[in-house]
Amino acid sequence: MMRELYTQVIMDHYKRPRNRGALEDADLKEHLLNPLCGDEVTVYAALDGDRIADVKFDGRGCSISQASASMMTEQLIGKSREAAEAEISHFKAMMIGEEEFPEMNDLTALKGVIQYPSRIKCATLAWTAFQQGLEGRK
Amino acid sequence: MYDVEEIRHDFPILDRRIGENRLVYLDNAATSQKPRQVIQALTDYYEHRNANIHRGVHRLAEEATAAYEEARQKVARFLGAPDARDLVFTRGTTESINLVTYAWGRRFLREGDELVLTEAEHHSNLVPWQLAAQATGAKLRFIPILEDGMLDLDEAEHLIGPKTRLVGCIHASNVLATINSVERLAELAHENGALMLVDGAQSAPHLPVDVEALGCDFFACSGLKMLGPTGVGVLWGRSEILEEMDPFLGGGEMIREVHLDRSTWNVLPYKFEAGTMNVAQAVGLGAAVDYLDGLGMENVREHERHLGEYAYGRLSEIEGITLYGPKRDRMGLVSFSLPDVHPHDLSQLLDEEGVAIRSGHHCAQPLMRRLGVAATARASFYLYNTEQEADMLVEALARAREFFGAFSGAKP
Repeated sequence: MMRELYTQVIMDHYKRPRNRGALEDADLKEHLLNPLCGDEVTVYAALDGDRIADVKFDGRGCSISQASASMMTEQLIGKSREAAEAEISHFKAMMIGEEEFPEMNDLTALKGVIQYPSRIKCATLAWTAFQQGLEGRK
Repeated sequence: MYDVEEIRHDFPILDRRIGENRLVYLDNAATSQKPRQVIQALTDYYEHRNANIHRGVHRLAEEATAAYEEARQKVARFLGAPDARDLVFTRGTTESINLVTYAWGRRFLREGDELVLTEAEHHSNLVPWQLAAQATGAKLRFIPILEDGMLDLDEAEHLIGPKTRLVGCIHASNVLATINSVERLAELAHENGALMLVDGAQSAPHLPVDVEALGCDFFACSGLKMLGPTGVGVLWGRSEILEEMDPFLGGGEMIREVHLDRSTWNVLPYKFEAGTMNVAQAVGLGAAVDYLDGLGMENVREHERHLGEYAYGRLSEIEGITLYGPKRDRMGLVSFSLPDVHPHDLSQLLDEEGVAIRSGHHCAQPLMRRLGVAATARASFYLYNTEQEADMLVEALARAREFFGAFSGAKP
């Protein structure tokens, strides 16, 4: 059961996070705290017109929250704002079991989290921060 | 001393299995498990005596009222309260403290008055005072903690002064496992004409408590952490202070005479018990203190002091671990963190082996900030835990670490 949650893909993103760090002169910067556990994340994005040119994240938290943030940066870089918003909504719906996980994608590794309701907030922390950041810029 | 293996039979849930493993319950600072005697008291009440109290003149109403008032007498005796009329039933420590911040705070605090708390407060003894301070213009000041988690009493002497109206402090810390010198704080408060409130949520379940000996003016605790049901706690206060306070919640039972435009208040403690109270839960709490009295609180303390020091010793052998709080005279709980496994992941991995610990900020975010961590893991023991269970914790930690270490890659 433990292995269903802590997959190789999650641990790889946790120990070798992609796009970790702050972004100088970010167009979007949003900090979010998980009041349940005290974990925190800051997401940054550079926008090129309607396109999300770069995404970075910073923060401290458990393997699930950090791995999910790392996956998110890879997922959103290069997307249009509209596509990113749809992507985030889709991800959050997947994490509460309302939409299907994709077949071939790093995100599929987070499927196991659904079985642990207290951890779903960990997985969605960075995504919610990015969503709030986008809304704040409307 | 009581026989731990013997009394474990009183707690049906300790036989539970989590997957293939026997439950090792080490989250007692959040809530304790309940002995059969308490569960039976709830069932007996509902099966034989259930009625609304202080209302009817029928047999059940008389019996239910008697059971509720008997519980009040028991809890008062348990806390060393000289008069049970000064003991108010509430929903728990949080409500008890809110009662004081509303009924005393909003009545007596003025702009420029000071409230002195500590850096180590649980949110329950911090946020209600923030609200009272906002409403009245009073200022909050905080006694710092020293490196080992003990209160800086020298600094307390400077902070508590003529402007201080109340000093509030946790008796025991749910994170640091410290026992605070609330007796000394009460002296300082009284020398300056201030009141002393003690948050006993983490002490009443584990130590002999005597509100008179502590010298405090208010003492709050919760049933759920001391073998009792959820939904019940108490506030003890000095009668002359309770008398001059406003009521807290308005409604039935707390009144003497009601007109369309005004009312007068009932006598203590009913002035503070509006509406139908959690009667069965209060009766359950009465059974819980009977159980604790049966074991003897000195024995409970001795058992947990030993277990806390044993666990602290075993955990300190783990390479790279950080342990919080003092080495000696600890409560029976240990907060810790490992450099390579986040507390959240740790408690998830331990849960797979049936070991229940807590991870997070433990409702003490300012203290976490002071310690420089977002979260810690915490193992908290109670009167039914054993050395063997502390060993199982340490072994499960080693396996969790090994599991995390097995994945390749740089450290986060």
